[in-house]
Amino acid sequence: MTVTGRFDPQKYISPVVKGLKPSGIRRFFELVANTQGVISLGVGEPDFVTPWHIRAACVESLEKGYTMYSSNYGTPELRRAIADYLEERFGLSYHPEKEILVTIGASEAVDLALRTILCQGDEALIPEPCYVSYQPVTQLCGGVPVMVPTSRTRDFTVSAAELEKYITPRTKALILCYPNNPTGAVLGREDMLALARLAEQYNLLVVADEIYAELRYDGPPVSFASLPGMQERTILISGFSKAFAMTGWRIGYVAAHPEFLAAMVKIHQYTILCAPIMSQMAALEALRNGRSDVARMVEQYDQRRRLVVSRLREMGLDCFEPRGAFYVFPSITATGLTSEEFASRLLQEERVAVVPGGAFGPSGEGFIRCSYAASLQELTEALNRMERFVARRMKYSKAVAHA
Amino acid sequence: MRSKILRLLESNSRLSSKEIAVMLGLPHDQVAQEISRMEQERIILGYSTLINWEKAGEEQVAALIDVKVTPQQDVGFDEVAARIYRYPEVKSVFLMSGGYDLSVLVQGNNLKEVADFVARKLATLEHVQSTVTHFILKRYKQDGILFDDQEADRRQVVQP
Repeated sequence: MTVTGRFDPQKYISPVVKGLKPSGIRRFFELVANTQGVISLGVGEPDFVTPWHIRAACVESLEKGYTMYSSNYGTPELRRAIADYLEERFGLSYHPEKEILVTIGASEAVDLALRTILCQGDEALIPEPCYVSYQPVTQLCGGVPVMVPTSRTRDFTVSAAELEKYITPRTKALILCYPNNPTGAVLGREDMLALARLAEQYNLLVVADEIYAELRYDGPPVSFASLPGMQERTILISGFSKAFAMTGWRIGYVAAHPEFLAAMVKIHQYTILCAPIMSQMAALEALRNGRSDVARMVEQYDQRRRLVVSRLREMGLDCFEPRGAFYVFPSITATGLTSEEFASRLLQEERVAVVPGGAFGPSGEGFIRCSYAASLQELTEALNRMERFVARRMKYSKAVAHA
Repeated sequence: MRSKILRLLESNSRLSSKEIAVMLGLPHDQVAQEISRMEQERIILGYSTLINWEKAGEEQVAALIDVKVTPQQDVGFDEVAARIYRYPEVKSVFLMSGGYDLSVLVQGNNLKEVADFVARKLATLEHVQSTVTHFILKRYKQDGILFDDQEADRRQVVQP
């Protein structure tokens, strides 16, 4: 007779996965989901629906029977269009057949890049606050995420001098995401050049997540790969979600040195096979005929951005001017609350959802992420509610200070 | 600058000049001045509100009427158009290319009112040759705005 213990699923789950922290955003999500009448500035996606001609192109492709696999790399037409776009927009020259891979959103591209380059114990430098996936994906690859704090004093840009302090013989890669989620920070050319010199000096690879590249409000976008000598050591990641309002299509791409790309394709072909062809068809239409849509949306984001920054400052919150993405990242320390307290009380008292900055890394504590990818009407109402809330809190914290 | 201000106002006429100034990164007094100038120059003709009257519980009947007109010497269609647009029931009048000359939007409280207007006032006008009345059955989209927005925000409330 065999004695079997109670079935315990936990025993079967890999310790690495067990060790992953649940996303701070996820935790907050539960709270928000149970509150009625919420205006949400907590969303990391455009409020625009994908432009109709792009949706129509997908419908048409379905009507024509495009329901099959494509090449592992993605359709040749789409890869060609991506290469042309990168050339025209960023002055980059990538071979469409050897250096571009179409992925399931930029998220897959991040996973592929890190799995391709990281070995057990390799360190990846990750400036924070940052998008929530870099750290766990690095851990899943056996790598060691080395979080590099950024701060309000440099408007949340990372400096080469600061980064250098964190470099060890095991440092292999630097993960950059500018324009940045959650701060909206962008890197100036000087800062980028300094980082490029650092990468060369220490022989680092740069994983550049440039998903927000198009959403810039201070001039044309610059790709890290376009800096002198950087194309070969940069794994460039981007996609259609943010610029073309195509989040749900899950379509992105990675451009890299042919040897990196060939390695990434191996993982992609065994795990994903190919990006959905209907999404690829839509993406092709987006690149061919959707550039004016991007300009139209960027203009609106820019107008809302100015409005939100101005209103937040009027409330007495310290807020640097974000020059990219669709987030503002004001400090809420003046209210005497932690960012999590601020977010949950704002939700309870005024029914506005924002994301506590701490969800994006320790340096995000004391800040909140507000997305202005919301209609002007919603945005104005949300700001009115926030203004009431902040005024109450300021009064209270002053009273406490004088007591 | 003018076209940027106009585009903002066209999409939302309730924006204050201060909000517009902030959104465009321009000085407030300059924007306020430019708006009042454009009002004086009748570039900005009015600030109206698009209303779904059906939802407000008020039944309204509207018809688009194709009007064929005998053009008059010297004044062409303008004179006849003026005779038509002076009626308060007439909401808009356009001169058209193609099979007819004037497109007239007439609004009334019920079908009979609109039909009466066409029969008694419009069709009997001098130089009006013929009218074809098309009643509007349902409004899907007007001035770029959807009446029944099937594309309303369905995003999740919090996302990374």
